[in-house]
Amino acid sequence: MSGETLVRTKGLTLEIDGRRVLSGVDFHIDAGEIVTIVGPNGSGKSSFLKAVVGALAPAGGSIWRRPGLRMGYVPQKLHLDPVFPLTVRRFLTLTRRPVAEELDAVIARLGIAPVLGQQVAGLSGGQLQRVLLAHALVGKPDLLILDEAAQGLDQPAVAGFYHLIEELRRDMGCAVLMVSHDLHVVMSASDRVICLNGHICCEGTPTVVSEAPEYRQLFGYGTEGALALYRHVHDHKHEEGEVCQHD
Amino acid sequence: MIDPFLMRVGLAAVLVAMTAGPLGCFVLWRRMVFFGDTISHAALLGVALSLATDLPVTAGVLLVALAVSLVVLQAGGRFHHTDTVLGVASHSALALGLVSVSLLGGVGVDLMTYLMGDILSVGTADLFQIAIGGAVALGLLVWRWKGLLVASVDREMAVAHGFAPQREALIFTVMLAVLVAVAIKVVGALMISALLVMPATTARQFSATPERMAVLAAFCGVLSAVLGLFVSFALDTPTGPSIVVAALVLLLVAVGGRWVAAQK
Repeated sequence: MSGETLVRTKGLTLEIDGRRVLSGVDFHIDAGEIVTIVGPNGSGKSSFLKAVVGALAPAGGSIWRRPGLRMGYVPQKLHLDPVFPLTVRRFLTLTRRPVAEELDAVIARLGIAPVLGQQVAGLSGGQLQRVLLAHALVGKPDLLILDEAAQGLDQPAVAGFYHLIEELRRDMGCAVLMVSHDLHVVMSASDRVICLNGHICCEGTPTVVSEAPEYRQLFGYGTEGALALYRHVHDHKHEEGEVCQHD
Repeated sequence: MIDPFLMRVGLAAVLVAMTAGPLGCFVLWRRMVFFGDTISHAALLGVALSLATDLPVTAGVLLVALAVSLVVLQAGGRFHHTDTVLGVASHSALALGLVSVSLLGGVGVDLMTYLMGDILSVGTADLFQIAIGGAVALGLLVWRWKGLLVASVDREMAVAHGFAPQREALIFTVMLAVLVAVAIKVVGALMISALLVMPATTARQFSATPERMAVLAAFCGVLSAVLGLFVSFALDTPTGPSIVVAALVLLLVAVGGRWVAAQK
């Protein structure tokens, strides 16, 4: 499933307004991988995504992107003022102009044909998520990046959304990097989970992370039931994956 | 044959309004209305600079408008209270400009000229400057259209998809400064931002896409300019404010018309 490395960070340290939000992060994501980053509020996970896309310069360490890497970014939501007229159709080709067949395929895949003529600012939460995802998929990205993309959706919708991401990865072959706090559902769709809290607390396969003491300390035992649900859906090898140490 | 004076005045107003309309769309989309105010008010400081140094007014205004907007962009980014920074900068620029223009200009300078504009004094050289300034600002807008649009939708998304929103913001600031520099003589420091905001808001009522809104905003701006000039000549009212009143009437008609249409 994994291939060449798309993004790699070494000792990445991030600061916002002179305040350190993340330090010493060694990270990589390979072609075709799904990596989920979890962490409490203020853990630096959004800043990390910003650094990965290039919107936040490292305060220390380095970040490398494969030359020519195509990223598709799905923001948490759009802060579009209603005075900004933007139809869904126009938004889809805002950053990249695909051939007609590719665009039609993305529209059909995400089932957004009925809303093409609507204003982006007036979409419901679920519709907006699909439209944002469709926009990110246009132009066949190597790496799909999602920032809390399922926030505001109800539980079945969240599950459906992540299932869709998994299918997209399978069909289109793109790697997926997402940030989330929907712990149990996200984990089911991930090859690797990285738990952040100012630094990398622990990382590994979903099961390894969910059993790591560092993770337990952050999120408690409450999610165990939900994780059990996840185990029925997929069978992973439990022995691989590492639990990393605190500094 | 149209009177050359009328021709000159009409063209000056039309060119300024036509440039301000599409630029104004981005002012609305990027929530920069207060920023537009600040940069227009800074024009008065530019007038003071040109009085002190014998620079042409246009050059003085351009320099100061650019400097003030760069300071505001920097400060806004640093303190995360852009609104506060703009509130301070906007009124400081206006007050400092008024004080320094009256100090430097002595009795011979009519402050109202710079506050409200004095379109009747627009000469051929001024018209030439307005045409060049308008062409530069609109040319930049067309050239940077896509990047500016993407940057106005979402900053992180823009960066991830290969755009440079900070650079686009900077270029947009230059466009605004150029517009303000050539528009101060026509509509005055107090009225420029009205020409940015009002035709664009009118255009929004009839637009589903950004491109359409920009074109319609230029059209609404031109219509306001022409109507305002007529009113100004007919009733002997100050030209800048008359153009703004015309823009307001257009906006009210558009909003009212849409409301009536929605009731049926």
